[in-house]
Amino acid sequence: MSENNKNKASAMPPKGGRPPMKFDAGVLKRLMKYMKPYRLQVILVAISIVVSSVAGVASSLFIKTLIDDHIIPLVGVTDPDFSGLLSAIIGMCVVFALGIVSTLFYNRMMASISQGVLKTIRDDMFSHMQKLPVKYFDTNTHGDVMSFYTNDTDALRQMISQALPQFLSSLITIVSVFVSMLTMSVWLTLIVVAFLFVIFKVTGTVAKKSGKYFMRQQTSIADLNGYIEEMINGQRVIKVFCHEDKAKAEFGEKNEVLRNDIAKANSYANILMPVNNCMGYFLYVIIAIIGGIMAINGVMNVAVFAVNILTLGTIASFLQLTRSFIGPIGQVSQQLNSVVMAMAGAQRIFSLLDENPEPDDGYVTLVNAKYDHNDKLVEADERTGTWAWKHPHGDGTVTYTELRGNVVLDDVDFGYTDDKLVLHNIDIHAEPGQKIAFVGATGAGKTTITNLINRFYDIADGKIRYDGININKIKKDDLRRSLGVVLQDVNLFTGTVMDNLRYGKPDATDEECIAAAKLVNADGFIRMLSDGYNTVLTHGGSGLSQGQRQLLSIARAAVADPPVMILDEATSSIDTRTEAIVQAGMDALMMGRTVFVIAHRLSTVKNSDVIMVLDHGRIIERGSHEKLIAEKGQYYRLYTGAFELE
Amino acid sequence: MIKKLAGCVRQYKLYALLTPVLVILETVAEIIIPLVMAELIDKGIYAGDMQVVVVAGIKLLGLTCLALAFGVAAGFTASYGSAGFAANLRHDMFHNVQSFSFFNIDKFSTASIVTRLTTDVSYVQMAFQMITRITVRAPFMLLFAFISSYNISAELSTVFLYTIPLLAVGLFIIVKLAFPRFQRVFKTYDKLNAVVEEDLRGIRVVKSFVQEKHEISKFGKISDSIYTDFTKAEKTVAFNAPLMQIAIYVSMVLISWLGAQAIVASGNNEALGLSTGELMSLFTYTMQILMSLMMISMIFVMLTMSKASANRIVEILDEKTDITDGEKGITEVKDGSVEFRNVSFKYFASAEKNALDNINIRINSGETIGILGGTGSSKSTFVQMIPRLYDTTEGEVYVGGENVRDYDLAALRNNVAMVLQKNVLFSGTIKENLRWGDENATDEQIKHACELACADEFIQGFPDKYDTFIEQGGANVSGGQKQRLCIARALLKKPKVLILDDSTSAVDTKTDAMIRKAFREEIPDTTKIIIAQRVSSVQDADRIIVLNNGAIEAVGTHDELLQKSAIYREVYESQMKGAEEE
Repeated sequence: MSENNKNKASAMPPKGGRPPMKFDAGVLKRLMKYMKPYRLQVILVAISIVVSSVAGVASSLFIKTLIDDHIIPLVGVTDPDFSGLLSAIIGMCVVFALGIVSTLFYNRMMASISQGVLKTIRDDMFSHMQKLPVKYFDTNTHGDVMSFYTNDTDALRQMISQALPQFLSSLITIVSVFVSMLTMSVWLTLIVVAFLFVIFKVTGTVAKKSGKYFMRQQTSIADLNGYIEEMINGQRVIKVFCHEDKAKAEFGEKNEVLRNDIAKANSYANILMPVNNCMGYFLYVIIAIIGGIMAINGVMNVAVFAVNILTLGTIASFLQLTRSFIGPIGQVSQQLNSVVMAMAGAQRIFSLLDENPEPDDGYVTLVNAKYDHNDKLVEADERTGTWAWKHPHGDGTVTYTELRGNVVLDDVDFGYTDDKLVLHNIDIHAEPGQKIAFVGATGAGKTTITNLINRFYDIADGKIRYDGININKIKKDDLRRSLGVVLQDVNLFTGTVMDNLRYGKPDATDEECIAAAKLVNADGFIRMLSDGYNTVLTHGGSGLSQGQRQLLSIARAAVADPPVMILDEATSSIDTRTEAIVQAGMDALMMGRTVFVIAHRLSTVKNSDVIMVLDHGRIIERGSHEKLIAEKGQYYRLYTGAFELE
Repeated sequence: MIKKLAGCVRQYKLYALLTPVLVILETVAEIIIPLVMAELIDKGIYAGDMQVVVVAGIKLLGLTCLALAFGVAAGFTASYGSAGFAANLRHDMFHNVQSFSFFNIDKFSTASIVTRLTTDVSYVQMAFQMITRITVRAPFMLLFAFISSYNISAELSTVFLYTIPLLAVGLFIIVKLAFPRFQRVFKTYDKLNAVVEEDLRGIRVVKSFVQEKHEISKFGKISDSIYTDFTKAEKTVAFNAPLMQIAIYVSMVLISWLGAQAIVASGNNEALGLSTGELMSLFTYTMQILMSLMMISMIFVMLTMSKASANRIVEILDEKTDITDGEKGITEVKDGSVEFRNVSFKYFASAEKNALDNINIRINSGETIGILGGTGSSKSTFVQMIPRLYDTTEGEVYVGGENVRDYDLAALRNNVAMVLQKNVLFSGTIKENLRWGDENATDEQIKHACELACADEFIQGFPDKYDTFIEQGGANVSGGQKQRLCIARALLKKPKVLILDDSTSAVDTKTDAMIRKAFREEIPDTTKIIIAQRVSSVQDADRIIVLNNGAIEAVGTHDELLQKSAIYREVYESQMKGAEEE
């Protein structure tokens, strides 16, 4: 980000911060909406989960039948008949097979559903993001936005593909085990329920402690990472100043704090499992003892379907059931953290999707045009090189205005926030083909003015007219297509040099691109790259020097061939000698176009038709170089070096 | 690699060793629990003997408490051990990075060093905790559960001889198939991140060129391939759970069938054969055995995944600085004279062209030297030889009459102060930043240095003056202010040689001239070497060196060079055309 952008961003109010972590039913509902296209699959999955869980419960219940009906009665029988057992086992095999098949089915189906949902969310996020106003990108750090696509989506994936099915399956297991328990003994079930409260209480306490330290751990991680980043970035300065030992000492302190926090947070997370296990065993013993006492003393047992004596087999299987009951509860409690994280992630993702897109009420569009035999401007189907604004009126008529590049700012005020204006009473009249320069200190508002012309931001008061048309009436895409922008910080995209040159005009031929590169003197170094125009640039063209990147960026704008160009410190990193060489190409590029130039180097702007000197958002001087020098004002002081620019 | 990493456990060795021991004890307790349960059911409940139930129950509770105590203790030692191990890793990496030379820093990008110190360490930390806890627990559990079940019934335990290999082979195939698929997913994810990041950075370009749709389709393609690959990978992993169920159910069915017959045969008498309680224990062991196997396969996956991180960490730990203190360890720099003798330098041995080519020059103590040259003429490389930020490939550099390689590095660099081109201020007050130059500097000394660097004036304009807080990277001061603070910081070292690498580019010409004047008058004995783009910044130097393609093109005063150096003349004229410059 250029110095300009940085200042602007910090001038704006801090963003509201991340939404708080709390469970919101609305978020879940919205998430469910994304599953709607998979309605049928989701139902099938739910059924399969039920089958699979019931099969699991059946396996626990089977032990009771096995012991009570097929083993105990046969004990002591001289010629035991195992045919009953065999058919029972075969029956179980069928149940098990069903369970296995449905498990396989729902796991695979869930993979498709969760990935499909995630893809939809991802694509929605990205296409929505493209519609957001520049202000959004200025007020949110890239790191924050990136984490929507990485951390938050990943948290969602874990929840949808793992936690949700597990929740459902655990729930079904818990319910069916509970019902089975009731059919065996209401008394014992009551004991289990009572004990459940203890489990919740204890698990809750541990989870809370662990949560507290995890939060603290996140803060210390951020703190240490920030320190590491700052130090590694300044590593060369550290070397030059022999500051290594101090850096080590400071690092040591932060490292120790983090170590302590991680250790504590993980400790509590680690003991969750043993604690859960232990309580499971406790329950087991309690049931065994109480059940045993009841059985031995012949206490009347009350079950849902019957009142009978508690049999030993019943107790044995009830005990087995308590194990099946505690297991899923432990699993749910372990998954709880991931659900909370996923919900927080979903909330952040939805907050991005809820951002208002850039409004566009424009109805004037840019069309290819030609003059017919009556010398009247009419719309053309093919590319003619002549462009016109197509302006439909309320009465149904349509007028065409030729695109010429006349830009007028009439008494424009602007502020990033309502309460603080950063531009006051800006008046600019740029005739087609004129070169208008902006000069002034950082934060004077130079870049801001250009941001208003292409409507990255909307003005607070006044009017901006393009070829006599209020730019609010022009469709944003068409307005921007007619304006070329070259910024100080060059953003190249991963792809070949040719792809990058053609970025603004995807149908440009190779010849057009090469001609543009030649025009701005970029052809020479491009040919020296390993693959010439087909060299693949990665990481924003990291192998190129800043100056070379700027040349590519200028060539890219030349390919797009817009009638109006904005050059924002476009040649700042090209040394004066090279700039002099590039100058001819630049002049050729600017010929016949309306150009807005922002430059720190006054030699770059000297030959402009009009130079505007800005100070604190106001134009304080305007005129040609000669006129401003003669006036001996601020420009004169800048020019003679008596005043510092940055 | 393992050896290198293991060496970082150090003071947490006790934790690291204690954890597996505690885990084994916990496992033993958990293994015994089913045995006691069997006793409770057989001799207590089925026999209707309440006393046995109570005694066994108490035994069980005791064991449970033991298991809990060991489990909790292991939980603590594991997390303290792994957190300590991670802290040591970060410590060692950071310390090693501090010893890096510029060459080492060039080799790793800043971002990659940061990732290694943060994300990679946390992966390895997780793996370490897993190793100390579960890697011991799972095989141990497997072994003990198998032995116990064998003790109950050797015959029934043969069931496991079928189901364990079945599960093991199945899991192995799944991991084998899924792993490369996941790796592909991760690679595609990197691409996705790159697209998002480029889009975020270049959003103004995207919008200016109205290429939103193009970006969306670019993103959509990658998003699609993530969908395809990820679904494939997850569908492979989806076989895990059913496979596990097959193993469990098959074991259950077989044990039920064989067990029932065995119990009936023995008349449900433990002494004679199998009892119902023992059958229940067998079921518990079945779960334990198969679960452990599943754990082992998960550990396998985790370890493979963290291997890449471990490698990246070891790369940093293994990186040896190529510049170390000179053997002679000279700690005193006599004067500010500098001499280059036949110096050539290339950044990489494989590079075709020298970055510096046979440089010979002698700079006298106290002299002011200007250096001029186009982009890529190796101006910065030239001066970086003096404080030994890089070592020459050929030839020698002398400072104060001694070869720079013979000096103690700190002594050399404290006497050769350099203001870097890409300079950095750190978060902290102005005073704190300036004390980098001399941590014992008094307030007066700081103020004096700032006056020399023409920084005092604007600092006095801040409400908090010298206590003004500088944000990270110096974001809240202007470029020109930052440069002057950096100069003041270097001045506080009271160096014998002061090097300014294009350090006044954002300062206006008038202030620039004032700084040079202050240098001339206040620190006349310090050798000043000034790299500049502007002729005006160097034209009053004692001598000016014009560099071109890593070689000295000409040396002389401003007037001499106007006569004899074509490059100098050209630069001068191009700037004069823009009048007396900014």
